[in-house]
Amino acid sequence: MVKHPRTRTLRIGAGSSYAGDRIEPGADLARRGRLDYLVFETLAERTIALAQLERLKNPAAGFNELLDDRFYAALPACREHGTRIVTNMGAANPLGAARRTLEIVRELGLGPMKVAAVLGDDVLEYCLRHRDTLAMMESGAPLASYAGELVSANAYLGADVIVAALAQGADIVITGRGGDCSLFLAPMVHEFGWRLDDWDILAKGQTGADMVECAANVSGAFFADPGYKEVPDLANLGYPLLEVEADGTIIVTKLEGTGGIINRATCAEQMLYEIHDPASYITPDVVVDFSAVELDEVGPDRVRISGGRGRARPDRLKVSVGVKEGWIGEGELTFAGLGALDRAKLAEAVVRERFRIGGIRIEELRVDYIGMNSLHGDASPLPALPPYEVRLRVAGRTREKRDAVKLANEVETLVSKGPGMSSLPRKSVREILGIVSVLIPREAITPSVQMLEAG
Amino acid sequence: MKRFYLRELAHARAGDKGDTNNIGVIAYRPEYYPVLLAQVTPEAVKRHFGTLVKGPVSRYELPKVCALNLVLENALGGGVTRSLSHDPHGKSYSALLLSLPIEVNNDIAAELEAAGRKPLP
Repeated sequence: MVKHPRTRTLRIGAGSSYAGDRIEPGADLARRGRLDYLVFETLAERTIALAQLERLKNPAAGFNELLDDRFYAALPACREHGTRIVTNMGAANPLGAARRTLEIVRELGLGPMKVAAVLGDDVLEYCLRHRDTLAMMESGAPLASYAGELVSANAYLGADVIVAALAQGADIVITGRGGDCSLFLAPMVHEFGWRLDDWDILAKGQTGADMVECAANVSGAFFADPGYKEVPDLANLGYPLLEVEADGTIIVTKLEGTGGIINRATCAEQMLYEIHDPASYITPDVVVDFSAVELDEVGPDRVRISGGRGRARPDRLKVSVGVKEGWIGEGELTFAGLGALDRAKLAEAVVRERFRIGGIRIEELRVDYIGMNSLHGDASPLPALPPYEVRLRVAGRTREKRDAVKLANEVETLVSKGPGMSSLPRKSVREILGIVSVLIPREAITPSVQMLEAG
Repeated sequence: MKRFYLRELAHARAGDKGDTNNIGVIAYRPEYYPVLLAQVTPEAVKRHFGTLVKGPVSRYELPKVCALNLVLENALGGGVTRSLSHDPHGKSYSALLLSLPIEVNNDIAAELEAAGRKPLP
């Protein structure tokens, strides 16, 4: 517990940015980062809905499948250096994740340790009860008007409940859904004693958090463009860490000897990633204004972030609702050589006729010529010459699984019953787990902390 | 006046939220930022993306970092989760934006050509 607010620099590492992210960069941060905190962010929009489906099959499951790998790799070093961990690897089952973590702590002989599960983000019951009045943010229509079956509803909790867990002495805090940035903001609030209604200081913290919540996306991932933007040793990307001062001054950097790059360009790309109005970046803790943020290179792979401002947090919290939306069937095969495009076009005509003959019920069909215009459609420039290779991709959305299976099978059958000289096809059938969003009042949510201890 | 691809003046990253795509576009040099302001307009972007973007395009300015944020609505085939595209997030849209032709003055053109960049014919 913190008796006096901290004055020293706080070091917070970002060990992952999605469910299947690499293991060793986080472990490297744990070993060499001299970290006070290590954060593992692992939840994309759909991850919890998928985890909820897993949990319905197995009540002990529903949390991050790489939790064991991450903790076996990082926990011993975190214990040695007194580094606390904050993570949303709990997904649809934070308590199950905390229990599994205790087992790992015991197995590694690292106790005594306190592991906190943050609960209360699951608001499916509330959403079902109020489905007639909750409006979907995407369409404005009530949730009840949605045809699909609701499988999950999780509110984006803020930093406050994580701060409570840290104040109770948790060495490891495991959450489900929450604001990604809140995972990083919570240690700052806890250590520096920032007030939860000091909007400007919270905004400075969130601006730093936003830089690293996608982990290596600020240190050279999804950035390189040869001849334009070079990234040294891209295969050995170092994941970032924040150096935070009590007044909200923040430097983003990475470990020496790792690959990647941190400069104004990587920080600017990350700051603008997945935002709408930069003056109103809404988080559960504060509404952040990025428009006056300044980025200064203060050393090699060191950028100072300043100028973030804030306004009062929103009264309502965003909820991601997972919805079963039907099925997608698809198939692909490649044509090459002289006349490749002509044979691909004949294959498309054949498969469309087969769908008609088979009476396959398709809600929407998409045909792509990969190598020509599959990503940018009509906006793609016309090729000067016929392409040497074309990959035909046919994908369709159906209400029933059997139609998606038939669709994929018809594309597959093209190899023996369609035009000649193609590669063998690949097909897939998958269920669509859609996400819609609603806003619910804070009062509808009661976040809580359940503490587990390993002796 | 010469024309270059936007790629010679700026870099970009695209992201998604539902059926909306956003592209942060950042000038390589402060002196390129006014060129972006004048020519990377919502109208120009909407035209460049054609039928890919069914809704409006809006733009936000970040002069401190010489950047623009472009927000493209109804641009992801009905939404990331149900889109039939094999880039449902539109992560590659930033590459399409960087192929926008941009007119630059002689000073900038000379600077770009000295760095080995080729103007458009």
